[in-house]
Amino acid sequence: MSDPMRIRLQSQGELTTVKILMSHEMESGQRKDDSGKIVPIWNIQDVIATLNGKVVMTAEWGGGVSKNPFFQFVLKGTKAGDKLSVTWRDNRGDSRTDEAVIS
Amino acid sequence: MLCILGIYALTGSAQTPQPKDTTDAALAQYRQMLQEANPADLYVAKGQALWAQARGPKAQSLRTCDLGLGPGVVKGAWVRLPRYFSDTGRVQDLESRLITCMHDIQGFDEQELIDLDFSKGERLTIAQLAAYVSSESEGMPFNVPQTNPVEREMYAIGQELFYMRAGTHDFSCASCHTQDGRRIRLQDLPNLSTPAGAGFAFGTWPAYRISTGSIWSMQQRLADCFRQQRFPKPKFASPATIALSVYLGVNASGQVAQAPGLKR
Repeated sequence: MSDPMRIRLQSQGELTTVKILMSHEMESGQRKDDSGKIVPIWNIQDVIATLNGKVVMTAEWGGGVSKNPFFQFVLKGTKAGDKLSVTWRDNRGDSRTDEAVIS
Repeated sequence: MLCILGIYALTGSAQTPQPKDTTDAALAQYRQMLQEANPADLYVAKGQALWAQARGPKAQSLRTCDLGLGPGVVKGAWVRLPRYFSDTGRVQDLESRLITCMHDIQGFDEQELIDLDFSKGERLTIAQLAAYVSSESEGMPFNVPQTNPVEREMYAIGQELFYMRAGTHDFSCASCHTQDGRRIRLQDLPNLSTPAGAGFAFGTWPAYRISTGSIWSMQQRLADCFRQQRFPKPKFASPATIALSVYLGVNASGQVAQAPGLKR
C-alpha cells in the first residue's frame, strides 16, 4: 500500500496555495541497477485534484519527475470549508487519494 | 574539508550563517524553497508508524523502548543523546539504543542489524525510526549529559578522534572543521569546535539527501566522513562513531535541534 501524501493549504482571500508532498519511487525507466539491468519504469502518470467533487486540476506526469515529488498550485475562488481531494495514479495501476479541508 | 557535516541545513534558524554574498543568498533562497517540501517528513511518518507497529520475531512494538527518559518517552529524548545507559553499561547514541530496543523488545539479531548495509532492510527501519525520534525534539536545545565518568571519557575520546590525523591524505575532521567562514565549492564548512557549528551539523541529521533520494542518519553521515578521509570503514554504531557523536553533541549544548534536515 502506498504512503499518505502530505497536503498543506495556505489561504489568502479567495486564493489557496496547495502544496503536496507525495511518497513515490518515480523510477524513470532509464536507470540501471547494480547488475546492469534496466530498472523497470514505475512512476505517477496522472494527478487529479477536485474541490468539493469538481475537478479543478489535472496533470500528466512522466519519467522526468523526481522521487518523492513536491507539487504546488494555486486555486482561485476557494472558501473556508471547501474540501480538496488529490489523487495520483501510477503506471502499475496503484493509486492514492488524500483529502484536506480549506480553513 | 572531506568531512562535510550539515552543509545544507535549513535556513531561517538562529545558527544558520548569514549570507555573505550573492551566491550565499541564492543558496539560502534555494534552501528556503526546499524547506517547505522536505521529503524527510515522509520518513518521519513512516518511522512513527514503525515505532507503534508490532514487529520482529517477538511481534512487539517499541512503545516500551527506553531512550533515556523512561520507557516509551520519545519527546525530548534525542537532544539528550548520546548518554550512559546502566542496563547496557555503555554510552549509546540514538541508533545504537534503537538496536538495543529492537533486540531486547522485538527479538531482532543485534549483529545482523550491525552488519547490514545502510538503507537496506531493517537498517532503513532504524533510519526512519531515528527520523521520527529526532523530529520529536525539534526546537529543543541540546543537553547531552556529561555527568557520568564514562560520558566524559567518551567526550575525550571523541575529541581525540576529531583531531587525529591519519590515512593516505593525513587528514582529520579538524583539518576542515575548525575554521570559521570556509567552504568547499559551494558548501559552507561548519566549525564543529564551536557551539553554533556543532549545533548546525549535529542538529540537522538525520536528514533527507536529495542526491541519494533517501534518509541519512548521523551514523551514516559519520561513516561517509570516514570514507571521505580515506579511513577504514567504521563499524555501525561502533564506540568510535558514538564518541564522535558525544563530542559533537556536547559541543552543540544549548543549540536548537532542527532535525530531520534537508541536504544536498
